[in-house]
Amino acid sequence: MDAGTKRRRPFGAQPLGILFSAPYLIFVGVVFAYPVIFAVWMSFHDYFFTAPGAQVDRPFVGLDNYVTALTDPDVWRAFGNVGIFLIINVPLTVVLSILLATALDRVVRARTFFRVAFYVPYVTASVAVVAVWLFLFSNTGLINNVLGPLAPNPSWLVNSALAMPTIALFVTWKGLGFYILLYLAALQNVQKELYESVAMDGGGRLRQFFSVTVPGVRPATFLVVLLATITGANLFTEPYLLTSGGGPNGASTSPVLLIYQKGIEQQNPDVAAAIGVVLIIFVLVIALLQRRFVGREES
Amino acid sequence: MRSRVVTYGVLTLGALAFLFPFYYMVVGSLQTSPDTSIAGAFPHPSNLTTENYTAIDGRINLLQGLANSGIFTGGVILGTLVFGVLAGYALAVLRWRGRSATFALVLLVQVVPFQLLMIPLYVMIARDYGLSDSYLGMILPFFINSTAVVIFRQYFLQLPKELFDAARIDGAGEFRLLWNVALPLVRPALLTAVLLTFIGPWNEFLWPFLITKDATMQPLAVSLANFISTIAASTTNPFGAMMAGAVVLAAPAVALFLIFQRYFTSNDLGSGVKG
Repeated sequence: MDAGTKRRRPFGAQPLGILFSAPYLIFVGVVFAYPVIFAVWMSFHDYFFTAPGAQVDRPFVGLDNYVTALTDPDVWRAFGNVGIFLIINVPLTVVLSILLATALDRVVRARTFFRVAFYVPYVTASVAVVAVWLFLFSNTGLINNVLGPLAPNPSWLVNSALAMPTIALFVTWKGLGFYILLYLAALQNVQKELYESVAMDGGGRLRQFFSVTVPGVRPATFLVVLLATITGANLFTEPYLLTSGGGPNGASTSPVLLIYQKGIEQQNPDVAAAIGVVLIIFVLVIALLQRRFVGREES
Repeated sequence: MRSRVVTYGVLTLGALAFLFPFYYMVVGSLQTSPDTSIAGAFPHPSNLTTENYTAIDGRINLLQGLANSGIFTGGVILGTLVFGVLAGYALAVLRWRGRSATFALVLLVQVVPFQLLMIPLYVMIARDYGLSDSYLGMILPFFINSTAVVIFRQYFLQLPKELFDAARIDGAGEFRLLWNVALPLVRPALLTAVLLTFIGPWNEFLWPFLITKDATMQPLAVSLANFISTIAASTTNPFGAMMAGAVVLAAPAVALFLIFQRYFTSNDLGSGVKG
């Protein structure tokens, strides 16, 4: 631009950018940064609910809240439940969404219809579709009627071995449309010539799928696995409603449900904050492991 | 040929699995008494009624719930559009110190699971600020959506630089540039962002559930959830009433999505998540 009148610009060429971004930055400070710091502080102190403005002592208690959280078998159970959830949800999500996206990418006719059909559960409120699943999977529901003598006893959502898998199945079904969308975008980046060269070498559809499509969409797969993990760590509505608060006997309790129960129902926000911090670490560790795992396959 | 049959077979099977629960939701909401046999999925006209809608409306105020959901969602969309567009424009078009750090922050914030912040946010908003049972308290944590900022930035980046330089030489200020030049060109992005942000608060359950105890303030998702978990058992046709409520809650989002589905494309969503 006007190189002759070069002035010192401490805020950059267009400092208005700072003004334009200021509301966002303030928002992030108030709604993300401060609460994260507050949560960590809370987890190291004896924190309890008081009337607003009341002056009370909140002594530093070191790792007490973490000890309380980590010696609680319910907490271990909740994290174990997320493990079960992830073992079912992640592979199912990846396989089904690659498969459906590849199929969708290939068709011309009725493409819009199929797209819309797959996204509808994703855009619908969990609470609404939970209601239908309760109806479908109840003791005397349609699913059990179709299965007849094969119906599980006790039924799906009150069976301690099946409650969590049923929730995992629900969440997979609910979110699949979003992941299909991600894979559809990724498929656009796969080079079409690669399919031809595999075909020239005599490779069939299956060979093409495994040697071109699957490696081609690997970045999307990493993202899908990461997002599915975050979804698992955030699980609340489904166990709260589908299995009446994580039943039977805690078989489908999630960490977030436990945070709600400990923090708000039982009025122990400090212990709940400690569980929250452990959960963040849990997510970070899983994300790092996945990056390592997926990254190694790539090289 | 054979592979095409397989492709369509897979897609049809998938579509059935995705759509059947919605069909069944509507059927269930219209049945006088629940018929869970296989034949019940295709009910006899004599077993049809609108009583379930009256029944659920008697227990939870559907209109009030819809209005609360609407205000909550509207507030979130307003904040997302106004401040998201400003931040997206600053990140894509303007050159200022701290720009790349701000963009890194936008990407980082997207990965922080909101639910992990629920205890400190609950303490701050409900206890310290006394904002429970208020629209402001409901809207605040969602007021600006980082994903929307990324989408806006992507769209503004695609506009040619020369356009802005030319307008600047003509003496247009940045606000004018944004309003008269950039915004009209990214109208589809605005619609995509509205659609994506609409889904969030309309379907959100946990946060409004935490901070609204007053039934007249609860969004429909919260009052319906309360109905499912505590009151349903005492109604004559609990599943019928639940389905009726589910239809009312699902209908606005599904209808909007059907009308605007062509704006709901893989590229927008993909860029929104990938950054």
